[in-house]
Amino acid sequence: MGFITQHPVLVVSLVKIAVLLFIVMTALAYLTWLERKVIAHIQSRWGPYYVGAHGLLQPLADGLKFMFKEDVTPPVSDRLVYTLAPFLALALSLTAIALIPFGPPSVQLLGQPVFVVSNVDIGLLFLFSITSIGVYGVALAGWSSNSKYSLMGGLRSSAQMISYEVSLTISVVGVLLLAGSLSFNEIIEGQRGSFFLHWNILHIGRGFFPQIIGFLCYLTAAIAETNRIPFDLPEAETELVAGFHTEYSSFKFAMFFMAEYANMITVSCLATILFLGGWLSPFPDSWTWQLWLPGAGLILLGIYCAYDTVKTMRGIAQLQFAVVTLLALGGGALCLLPPVAGIIQGVFWFTAKILAILFFYIWMRATLPRFRYDQLMSFGWKLLLPVSLANLVLTALVIVWPMLVRHG
Amino acid sequence: MSIPLILFIVCALLAIGGAVALILAREPIHSALALILVMMSLAVLYLLLGSPFIAAVQILVYAGAIMVLFVFVIMLLNEGVEERTNFSRLAKYVGLPLGFFLLLEFGHWLAHSPAGAVIANGAGASGQAADTAKLSEQLFRQYLFPFEATSILILIAILGALVLARKEE
Repeated sequence: MGFITQHPVLVVSLVKIAVLLFIVMTALAYLTWLERKVIAHIQSRWGPYYVGAHGLLQPLADGLKFMFKEDVTPPVSDRLVYTLAPFLALALSLTAIALIPFGPPSVQLLGQPVFVVSNVDIGLLFLFSITSIGVYGVALAGWSSNSKYSLMGGLRSSAQMISYEVSLTISVVGVLLLAGSLSFNEIIEGQRGSFFLHWNILHIGRGFFPQIIGFLCYLTAAIAETNRIPFDLPEAETELVAGFHTEYSSFKFAMFFMAEYANMITVSCLATILFLGGWLSPFPDSWTWQLWLPGAGLILLGIYCAYDTVKTMRGIAQLQFAVVTLLALGGGALCLLPPVAGIIQGVFWFTAKILAILFFYIWMRATLPRFRYDQLMSFGWKLLLPVSLANLVLTALVIVWPMLVRHG
Repeated sequence: MSIPLILFIVCALLAIGGAVALILAREPIHSALALILVMMSLAVLYLLLGSPFIAAVQILVYAGAIMVLFVFVIMLLNEGVEERTNFSRLAKYVGLPLGFFLLLEFGHWLAHSPAGAVIANGAGASGQAADTAKLSEQLFRQYLFPFEATSILILIAILGALVLARKEE
């Protein structure tokens, strides 16, 4: 007990890291489930269905399968770098999430904010510096496998990530100019207003330029940065077998997979913070009924699950889905308790916005075909970069315009 | 031992180890990785000196941009391991002692200069962390001319690279 009161920062941070790691790992697993389900439904299929009710245990089964597969290391590979690459990819993508504030800093435990692991003053800059070295995981994996396909994948990925990182960073600078700060909390607080019209993406007013162009540039560049369709050239199956991770198997392959999904979550969080008001609610604070929204939503989900359990589920699946129903109803009831409802308010809106962006990601994957390599490069350099630069210049002009007018 | 001191010792050893590995490694990619290790350790040292902005920029620019290009070029050319020539005798008998002497001299100077005292006391620990606003104020007011001159220099370098890389028509 004495140790805890003497080192509150250390102890609270360790607890937060452990909890966040558990949540993120679970979220990664179920993101794969969500992706398969959504794509399946878009393509008029069922998706995972048999492992657990509605395929809910599929991620667990996949994880176990990855663990028990044989781990093959090609004899001609560079052993050290070959082993280092997946660790680098996963560790860096998880580190980035530690900087994200999932809720307001006013919720505290032992004097430390609960919803962010590391509250850094120049959070955005640190986040960019961590994601900028994320390319090594892919590039080194491609090189160390000593295979032509892997090398091509690694080369493509480094070229693509360098190119799109420029647009990604420049599209964000407009938001920085409006907020006048690199701290995530200040950027979010700057978007507080009576309605969602005060979010950076829509905010029109004196000295404000709506960042809708910046948001679109950011989203496009972010999809390219995370190597997702339509920018998944580094692992184009039709040309490169599986690209940079062709030679990887077992859990090392799973680590690349997890890193990709963790990166998706990170860029969604960043889009939420910079353009969509972070943990702010889209409604004015005076509408107090919004406190009950998370609980009500969970209970509605629970009621639907109960209907499904009784109506369509049979056998073991019925039992499994009954558990899901109970969890949803219990969670909903918990969220309706006044103190809990107040605490989770910010996290609820943050999660809702992230899920919307992730759904958009998956939707893109189910809809769009892949770019050709020269199209990818000319799109990045000749369209995305000039547009994001123009957005930056316009934003800066709108901000300094009152000063220019006053001084003649 | 305080946590900053432990961090300093670990990162200083990592930086030195990385620098030695950079010279001794025969595979170009291993050398590049060692250089990245040096830069990351230096970034942590900047952080300990109370300058998070410089630390972030160090990682962003050097490890995240310049070294990515290095690795990219090494991968693109995919050259084999480097060939060793014998040590030149001059380097062995004159260079090494001179280098060692320079290190001693530099350490001696640092130990007795005001700059060394500031570093030893830890600028970060005394709460004088330089924030981004102050830094940019200095950069865009007091040091505006050197800043602009540097950007023109970089522009010229880019143009030079373009001219060199252009194919003959």
